[in-house]
Amino acid sequence: MEQFTSIFKRELLAYFRTPVAYVFLVIFLVASGVCTFFIGNFFDSNHAGLDLFFTFHPWLYLFLVPAIGMRLWAEDRRSGAIELLFSLPITVGEAVLAKFAAAWLFIGIALVLTFPLFFTVNYLGKPDNMVMMSGYLGSFLMAGAYLAITNLTSALSKNQVVSFILSCVICLVLVFMGWGVFSRILSDYLPVGVVDFIVSLGFVGHFETLSRGLINFGDLLYFLSVISVALTATGIALNRIKTA
Amino acid sequence: MIEVSALTKRFNKHVAVDGVSFKVPKGEVLGFLGPNGAGKTTTMRMIVGSIYPTSGTVRIGGHDLLADTIAAQKQLGYLPENATTYGEMSVYEFLSFIADVRRLGGSERAKALDRVRELCFLDDVWHQLIETLSKGYRQRVGFAQALLHDPAVLILDEPTDGLDPNQKHEVRNLIRQMGTSKTIILSTHILEEVESVCSRVVIISQGKIATDSKPADLLKKSRYCNSVVLSVANKPKEEVEGTISKLPYVEKIETLENGSVRVFPKKQALIASEISQLASQNKWNMSEFAIDRGRLDDVFRTLTTVQKG
Repeated sequence: MEQFTSIFKRELLAYFRTPVAYVFLVIFLVASGVCTFFIGNFFDSNHAGLDLFFTFHPWLYLFLVPAIGMRLWAEDRRSGAIELLFSLPITVGEAVLAKFAAAWLFIGIALVLTFPLFFTVNYLGKPDNMVMMSGYLGSFLMAGAYLAITNLTSALSKNQVVSFILSCVICLVLVFMGWGVFSRILSDYLPVGVVDFIVSLGFVGHFETLSRGLINFGDLLYFLSVISVALTATGIALNRIKTA
Repeated sequence: MIEVSALTKRFNKHVAVDGVSFKVPKGEVLGFLGPNGAGKTTTMRMIVGSIYPTSGTVRIGGHDLLADTIAAQKQLGYLPENATTYGEMSVYEFLSFIADVRRLGGSERAKALDRVRELCFLDDVWHQLIETLSKGYRQRVGFAQALLHDPAVLILDEPTDGLDPNQKHEVRNLIRQMGTSKTIILSTHILEEVESVCSRVVIISQGKIATDSKPADLLKKSRYCNSVVLSVANKPKEEVEGTISKLPYVEKIETLENGSVRVFPKKQALIASEISQLASQNKWNMSEFAIDRGRLDDVFRTLTTVQKG
């Protein structure tokens, strides 16, 4: 556990030691604001809630989460830090979890920093705060799923750019699978059961349920499963690197 | 303390390390020698557990590295080839991180940090970012990281690489000093380092152990061992050579580029006193007289040059 904490701490602080953290935070906050107010026409919607804000998250995360996660292993492999890391008394599992948790918490911090929106909605109207909280939970879990996938692609390549593109593509597929527009196209060609199954594997459906305030065990389980599967695969990939 | 047996590493079809076995007891400094690509670094990586061997075992202080990885790794300090890599951290932050991972807490931690700060001369750069350091300083930070928890076993991959002659001297002294109470394996291709620091040498060539002996014994394998080099100012070379060749133990005489004469004894016998007797009998005015102890680079080349054809 202490080893977990020390790596967690190092990785989290590593974001703030470089401009990465500040660039990310600014871009995330500006982009989510622009999406909500200009593209989503927040004021015209005349609705006291954050639905519009959350609608754009699957798309924002598509680029921003891989940008945060791509360095996790790729950088260590390129620089040779992994040599040192694996000679220290730490298990691969601990290291994977610690790096993931640090990056996830960092994204959590970015989400928390959108709090002015929360207060704006409360100032302008009478929103259901539990619904907004549920939306935040959903967004955080979805970010975790994106991040776990990026963690895996980062372990697969020494090159951060490769890892970035790979995770963008994988996440894009997962977003598309659950996206209404795409499923309507699919339903022209495939039986309903198959389309429903494909949709249930995608991010968006599970996220939308949560952002509407419905905390389903199934949706939580979905995101946690994606995270566990991706992290387990990361561990396997790293063990293969040690074996290869 | 370190037991390596039948250690083998295959990368696809290429065999990088091929059935390497040796034991290093406490108090020994083992020099790991070999040409580039011989498998030194790969072997060291397997000993510290950063990569898995294809087959074979490593035991550190009685713990099997593969079965009981954490217990084995706790006793290790490792200086990797490219010493420190977390460039965005300061020296202090990096070593604190290592202290955390090594579970050094409280006063023990402060003491450990102070100790390596002094031992590795890091005072001037303590709060400087690692990426801004020169190669020599980075190497010292890597060294500090390996020594922080005062491990019983040290694995050092080219510890003096990138250091200036003064720093090399300091590091060698340090290694020699620690060598009495620890078990140390160091790799190098600087041969003088082996003579000055190591109590034992393993030469590895193409993944296999070519020789495993004491540096002094290794010198005896050199063709130059106990040969005598002399030049005589007041006599022609032919006369000198003629006189010396009559000595019983002389194998052969070579003329060197600078005009000196090198006398090879039979079976590495000591012939220096006989030659100096001859010199005084014949009233030679000697401008040079030296006994060669043997040359490691010569032995190294013989042992690691692949015979072709």
